[in-house]
Amino acid sequence: MSTMNTVGRPTAPNEVASKPATLTGGRGLLQNEALIFEGDGWGKTGVDLAEPKTDGSDLGDLVRKDPIGLPGLSEPEAMRHYVRLSQKNHAIDLAIYPLGSCTMKHNPRLNEKMARLAGFSDIHPLQPISTVQGALELMDTLAHWLKTLTGMPAVALSPKAGAHGELCGLMAIRAAHEASRQHEKRRKVLVPTSAHGTNPATAAFVGYTVVEVAQTEDGRVDVADLASKLGDDVAAIMVTNPNTCGLFERDILEISRLTHEAGAYFYCDGANFNAIVGRVRPGDLGVDAMHINLHKTFSTPHGGGGPGAGPVVLSEALAPFAPAPWVVHDADGYRLIEREEDEAVQAFGRLCAFQGQMGMYVRALSYMMSHGADGLRQVAEDAVLNANYIKARLSDLMSAAFPDGPCMHEALFDDEWLKGTDITTLDFAKAMIDEGFHPMTMYFPLVVHGAMLIEPTETESKAELDRFIHAMRLLAEAAKAGDVDRFKGAPFHAPLKRLDETRAARSPVLRWSAPAGSNQAA
Amino acid sequence: MRYLPLTPDDRTAMLAAIGAKSIDDLFVDVPEAARLDGPVDLPRVAGEMEVERALSAMAAKNATAGATPFFCGAGAYKHHVPATVDHVIQRSEFLTSYTPYQPEIAQGTLQYLYEFQTQVANLTGMPVANASLYDGSTAMAEGVLMATRVTRRNKAVISGGVHPHYVKATETVVHAVGVETQVLAPAFDAEAAVIDQIGPDTACVVVQTPNVFGTATDVTKIAEAAHAAGALLIVVVTEAVSMGLLKSPGEMGADIVAAEGQSIGNALNFGGPYVGLFATREKLIRQMPGRLTGETVDADGERGFVLTLSTREQHIRRDKATSNICTNSGLCTLAFTIHMSLLGETGLRKLALLNHEKAMATRDALAAIPGVEILTSRFFNEFAVRLPKNAAEVVSTLADHHVLAGVPYSRLAPDAGMDDVLLVAATETTLDVDIQILAKSLSKVLGA
Amino acid sequence: MKFTKDHEWVSLDGDIATVGISKHAADALGDVVFVEVPEVGKTVAKGASFAVVESVKAASDVYAPVSGEVVEANDALSTAPETVNSAPQADGWFAKIKVSDAAELDALMDQAAYDAFLATL
Repeated sequence: MSTMNTVGRPTAPNEVASKPATLTGGRGLLQNEALIFEGDGWGKTGVDLAEPKTDGSDLGDLVRKDPIGLPGLSEPEAMRHYVRLSQKNHAIDLAIYPLGSCTMKHNPRLNEKMARLAGFSDIHPLQPISTVQGALELMDTLAHWLKTLTGMPAVALSPKAGAHGELCGLMAIRAAHEASRQHEKRRKVLVPTSAHGTNPATAAFVGYTVVEVAQTEDGRVDVADLASKLGDDVAAIMVTNPNTCGLFERDILEISRLTHEAGAYFYCDGANFNAIVGRVRPGDLGVDAMHINLHKTFSTPHGGGGPGAGPVVLSEALAPFAPAPWVVHDADGYRLIEREEDEAVQAFGRLCAFQGQMGMYVRALSYMMSHGADGLRQVAEDAVLNANYIKARLSDLMSAAFPDGPCMHEALFDDEWLKGTDITTLDFAKAMIDEGFHPMTMYFPLVVHGAMLIEPTETESKAELDRFIHAMRLLAEAAKAGDVDRFKGAPFHAPLKRLDETRAARSPVLRWSAPAGSNQAA
Repeated sequence: MRYLPLTPDDRTAMLAAIGAKSIDDLFVDVPEAARLDGPVDLPRVAGEMEVERALSAMAAKNATAGATPFFCGAGAYKHHVPATVDHVIQRSEFLTSYTPYQPEIAQGTLQYLYEFQTQVANLTGMPVANASLYDGSTAMAEGVLMATRVTRRNKAVISGGVHPHYVKATETVVHAVGVETQVLAPAFDAEAAVIDQIGPDTACVVVQTPNVFGTATDVTKIAEAAHAAGALLIVVVTEAVSMGLLKSPGEMGADIVAAEGQSIGNALNFGGPYVGLFATREKLIRQMPGRLTGETVDADGERGFVLTLSTREQHIRRDKATSNICTNSGLCTLAFTIHMSLLGETGLRKLALLNHEKAMATRDALAAIPGVEILTSRFFNEFAVRLPKNAAEVVSTLADHHVLAGVPYSRLAPDAGMDDVLLVAATETTLDVDIQILAKSLSKVLGA
Repeated sequence: MKFTKDHEWVSLDGDIATVGISKHAADALGDVVFVEVPEVGKTVAKGASFAVVESVKAASDVYAPVSGEVVEANDALSTAPETVNSAPQADGWFAKIKVSDAAELDALMDQAAYDAFLATL
């Protein structure tokens, strides 16, 4: 032995009797991160700008005198603040995100790269048309893909999210009824009880009275009930297909026939288009209008709640009423129709200041072109296969809400199987967090008691599904074995324990304010 | 296909586990008449390289703001966005997360939304702000609807200085529920003209400052008149940076602020996605549209944040919700809040002054051209000029010479009889040489 | 005290009816976080929505059990909505209504009938 390390440190863990809480509240890699307002950033800035040559005094009394109340962070501080915060979020890139009705699929990074090409991101919405021919070409190409995939003759691209798309569809329907002098008597919109909340909210937003349609035992629209409510006072029906129970509406052709016979229009909520893209065209189902959530089916990122995009495909009957602006393509190239004139004389108006969500159009087209027609068909098939696989592997332990027949892209369970355990759907969901999974959608749709709606999407591998199923089975067995504490107090291992939502709602604190007596700005 | 992890063997094994013979067994509920036998008539699967090539070719056909002398504004502004912003918003945990419905594993999103709400409240001078709407124009529409709920009145009086597209987007929606609008004729500097139109049935007056012609106005007197009549004042702001220099809407008596936040943190993006800022007074929060983040504690008493007052929203209130909005501008709010945190008050004020400085320099350069008349006297970073020729044609000619000279007012309001009016904006990104090129090429086109 | 099938209660004193929601309803709602009480002077019709009660995850319309004019509203609920949980059939009352037709109360259930009704749910 030539040299000997005389200050050697132990290289195996020590054994200790207790597991003390940390002194700071930090936990390993997870730092306790204060609000930006609680630091020393008053007066600081992380952006180096030239010294202005004006003090704004030419604006006299219009100039702001008091402190605004905006702390600043240097670049390294900003980076740490936001990266630390990011570590407290679940994300698709970490694990399956099985939120039913939300289609949390992989977000390809090629989409991000394409959306950031200066030719798309650094162009102004009101530049001369001759300088944005490529942007209009992209919109026109996206429109072509959407129309072809849905079998519909027209599309309004500008709605900024699904609910905005619903608004667009119902406004078009309303305009069509106005044009045929039917609007005064057609003031009702029929909506199944299982619908997304946005459906009745949108119908009411446009001034319609919402009438609920019952659901059958097997989770579909009750056609007899629908037929009894259809009449010359009905403007439209709003049906989600596949529906929010994850089932295809078998009687869809009958539903659209009855609707049209009654002189009403068929609005389809396309939130679940992922289940059928490439295999079924809504145009073949008699749909008059359907929004497509580009942030669901076509992989644009959810970004913590947005931005989305909700283009609406329209039937021949509704196409003339589409809102401005839209793109036309003729011998001179691409043009933008921006107001009700000539070709657009029946347009119902405009839904937003500019052309809609260009950044999302680029991402969605990048995704569609990558998959192609064949890949998109495979998307639907794999999404449905994955959901049915989960349903098949969990149905012996958990109670499927509609056990008979296949589901589409999502598997729905109720809380029947938890009866007598004192554990609720919420408790079960929170325990999933401890196992490293984001819970499924819970308590929706409203028509199923204690609903657990699991949508895996096609971008989960079999291995990840098996991992998820394994965790679900262990939890289900624990619930049935009476391991109640594991659920009641969950989550134990998340950045925070269960939050007091009652307190937040009773005495809302919606912003930071300087503590009394402090001399901090604002 | 690179986005699909299942192998043919996986599929076979999974179908067996389900008890299905083929994938078609899982689509039995689709009526036969509506089943497609094979792929629709579109191109087939493509590699990254092919897609990138096709899209880049489209992108290359557009003239970008950064590559030309650029003076377009009118509701969308070219600003420098620090590199940090775009890096952070592409963090997986922000980019690929959903609406924070499970707060224990979404504190990152919830905390930045809470910080965002506070920044927006302070910037607008209002007590509370929501977690964003789609953009400034839809925020204005929501503001008008909210005002009708609060006042139980049915009419909005809208100034002639409000962006015509904002007016159109608002009217489209509010007319559907029977709300009346009275829109005053376009005027360069007459926000106060709304005062004479306020009546007992007025739910709100809507003014914009700086307005679409760039004119900045102290709206205090308008607020007083509105309040005296029991109406609300909605202040629209399309250039958020202006609030770094100008008196805040809250300070001037606004009840609702509907603003476009694109200027902070977000690219031009040909019009979207942008971020609607929406702020109001505390007593009106239950009539407010959109998501709200609030502070609370967890089971151990640790501070945390949750979405709150959700009973206003569609997923609970359904047909009685304050709005149908669900998805909002999530990631754009993150970009806004990061950029604003980097700026801080010091940086924001400086940025605002730089914008003002560049606009004044542009104004001076254009004022020296014979035949060009400056129409806006008090402005932030944008002003209107009258040209001796049709503004759209001038802009088009200049674009052919790689100068993006601004937005002809006729693009926004073709029937206003203001074909000779050009809106010119400058920001901190405007170089002195850009201004020289603009002045020189404009002189040339005008034959001056 | 009388009850409706929608779980409102009413207690008559002269021609003034005090109304609120039953303990059963308050328990079913969970933690009440907000109550929108009617404006004084408002005329309400039996069966029409006259107030709103909210928990974190639900908002429910409260229907007037009797017709009449609102003469007093329980404004204390705006700062202490939890009273609806702690004392739903006492301090957690919503409004006092000057009844226009006292006979309307005859159709409502008494405590025993309401208990029997609850047992059927």
